[in-house]
Amino acid sequence: MQLNGKRSARAGRRLSLCLAALALSTAVWAGDNPRDPYEGFNRTMFAVHETLDRSLLKPVARGYDRALPLPVKAGVGNFFGNVGDAWTGANNLLQGKAGDAGVDLARLLVNSTLGIFGLFDVASELGLEKHDEDFGQTLAVWGVGDGAYLFWPLIGPRSVRDTAGFVTDAWVDPVGWVDPVRVRNTFRGVRIVDVRASLLPSDKVVDEAALDKYSYIRDAYFQRRQNQIHDGRPPRLDD
Amino acid sequence: MIRKFAIALLGCLALSLFAPAFAQEAPDVLVHRVTEEVLEIVRKDKEIQNGNTQKAIDLVEVRVLPHFNFARMTALAVGKDWRKASPQQQQQLTQEFKTLLVRTYSNALTGYRNQKMVYKPLKMNPGDGDALVRTEVVQPGNKPVQIDYSLEKVEAVWKVYDVVVAGISLVTNYRDQFGQEVRNGGIDGLIAAIAGKNKSLSTPPGK
Repeated sequence: MQLNGKRSARAGRRLSLCLAALALSTAVWAGDNPRDPYEGFNRTMFAVHETLDRSLLKPVARGYDRALPLPVKAGVGNFFGNVGDAWTGANNLLQGKAGDAGVDLARLLVNSTLGIFGLFDVASELGLEKHDEDFGQTLAVWGVGDGAYLFWPLIGPRSVRDTAGFVTDAWVDPVGWVDPVRVRNTFRGVRIVDVRASLLPSDKVVDEAALDKYSYIRDAYFQRRQNQIHDGRPPRLDD
Repeated sequence: MIRKFAIALLGCLALSLFAPAFAQEAPDVLVHRVTEEVLEIVRKDKEIQNGNTQKAIDLVEVRVLPHFNFARMTALAVGKDWRKASPQQQQQLTQEFKTLLVRTYSNALTGYRNQKMVYKPLKMNPGDGDALVRTEVVQPGNKPVQIDYSLEKVEAVWKVYDVVVAGISLVTNYRDQFGQEVRNGGIDGLIAAIAGKNKSLSTPPGK
């Protein structure tokens, strides 16, 4: 035990040294984007994320993507989509969109029963469209501005507002109530891998499109959030 | 021999008759037709589905490129600095950005796995010179991905000047990066940066 403690302390020191070196090397970034005042720090976190993704998350997601046939992957996606529909509905209600919230509730009822615990998205076939809502969007609709841009390793880009939204989303997440912890963690793990696998096709697109991947992802994040907050109808940018 | 010639001539005639008809087609009809043509080819092409970007690029260059207005796209991507560029620089920028964008679009195409496309009804007034065509890729197990095309009428022909995927414009998403390059090395620096990127992609290491 003692030895382990010493070793982990040493590993921890080495890690913090590495991080400090990284922070220094990225501190040269001027950070002239007003939305990204902590650019130096964010770039360090981005580098950490890229390393973790390349060595851990992406290989697992790739294995998952190759091993499972499409109907199974679709079932997994549908299952977690169904779990999320209750909170989507609550957010629609909080944003004053009672009609959409009604659709979400109907989706939850139809998919949990006819769709066999949400494995099949019968509701979409019936024309009950899936919505994309989270608490960050609700805060935005309530008038809360983005705040600074942040990049969290393994979680990804979140503005300060969306970080608060993310914490709230995680707090009310039904998967968090699943009892034995082992099953809960399995659910969480599978969901992370499933989401990462769904992003695999866009990896090469971003890698080859970006002059600077960090900025490309940051700017795409803000555009995408704008689009989500306005339910796919954002005010158009001027030339 | 004569019959073959006659048939060829007839074919040419038919083509020249249809060409103006195509030119007049409405923006949503154009997007629908070109998308289905391209996807039909991708569905049958295992190499493109396996990530052969070069093959996808060849396809995009022939089928999609003629319907894009790259000068407008480049101006949009560069933003304010566009006016600082000389006509020659603008031309170089357009050329390099076109190469980059065609590759991006082609890479996205290699990710296509037989998903269903949905074409939303077009909201446009007669006489409008600008149109937004909305489409969706239906994905099993996931929310549909929005793909919107902005088109404008250039000499009676509709041309795409922006492609927006899931709310992210493939064009204006470059604004900050390009602005950064211009601040660092001027317009020529930006041209060199995009050209360098294109060059690094056309000769992938170890392939």
